[in-house]
Amino acid sequence: METLRQELKENIIEQLNLEDFTVDDIADDDRLFGDGLGLDSIDALELIVMLDKNYGIKLTDPKEGKEIFVSIAVLAEYIATHRTK
Amino acid sequence: MEGVIQQFYLKSSILKTSLHIQSFCSFRFNKIILNGETVVAKEKGLSFSEFSKTVYKESGIAYPKFFKMDNLSKLTFLTAEVLLKNCALPSEEKEKMALVLSNRSASLDTDRKHQLSIQSKENFYPSPAVFVYTLPNIGMGEISIRHQIKGENAFFVFKEFNAKFLMQYSEALIHNKKASHVLCGWVDIEEDAYRSFMYLVSKRGTYIHSEAIINKEYQNI
Repeated sequence: METLRQELKENIIEQLNLEDFTVDDIADDDRLFGDGLGLDSIDALELIVMLDKNYGIKLTDPKEGKEIFVSIAVLAEYIATHRTK
Repeated sequence: MEGVIQQFYLKSSILKTSLHIQSFCSFRFNKIILNGETVVAKEKGLSFSEFSKTVYKESGIAYPKFFKMDNLSKLTFLTAEVLLKNCALPSEEKEKMALVLSNRSASLDTDRKHQLSIQSKENFYPSPAVFVYTLPNIGMGEISIRHQIKGENAFFVFKEFNAKFLMQYSEALIHNKKASHVLCGWVDIEEDAYRSFMYLVSKRGTYIHSEAIINKEYQNI
């Protein structure tokens, strides 16, 4: 699980162009949206594409995203359970 | 389109008072020229991405959304940033500013990136962050948000820089009291070949607002 969390942090920084962040700046429980990393609605769409592309997870209900994209820890847990690749 | 603008311009010229250019700014060949002086010069070998990132960091701008923009928006944003910082306009004047920009390649640079992401049926992953920049006028939105500019904005695509059109359009806006200032110019990028030239049309300033001066300054980089 630790490897997956690390991988997620690296992918999020690279794909969402978070130039001011390093992997060490993101704690597993930091909020991804709002006060935490300050991600926006376009970033949420990018995360949905990332789940499909990298892990074979298709989110069809936007409400699901709200529950999954809470933090790296929650996201990693969800991917570990639902991944198809 | 140009005919309509000319009629608008002729009508407005009855009330014409002389306009000026408050400031010029150009980006090309990894150099920045502000009012005729080179203010930044970096190695020619840098890509536009590297150059723009260096300029952003060295300028001390704190605007993390910069890194999410496409290259055309980055070029538009940085040129406006250097120029408007030099003009130091009060916020109420910025609110009444209009934006009139132009280029040759529209958003082709980003359109190609988007096309690559949807090229293959097996690997069809269009990026929302790339797609939102597939219009050339998005860069103007980025400037408007950053500087709280609320005036008219328009983006034109021309084969080449058209000083006469920009001059007539911006004079019509000011003479018809649609704007107090007009941020005008050219922002074009295709891969690492980029060129921007922006100037602020105003009722005050050192340079006379004329086609000859606009063309001369455009050629100055």
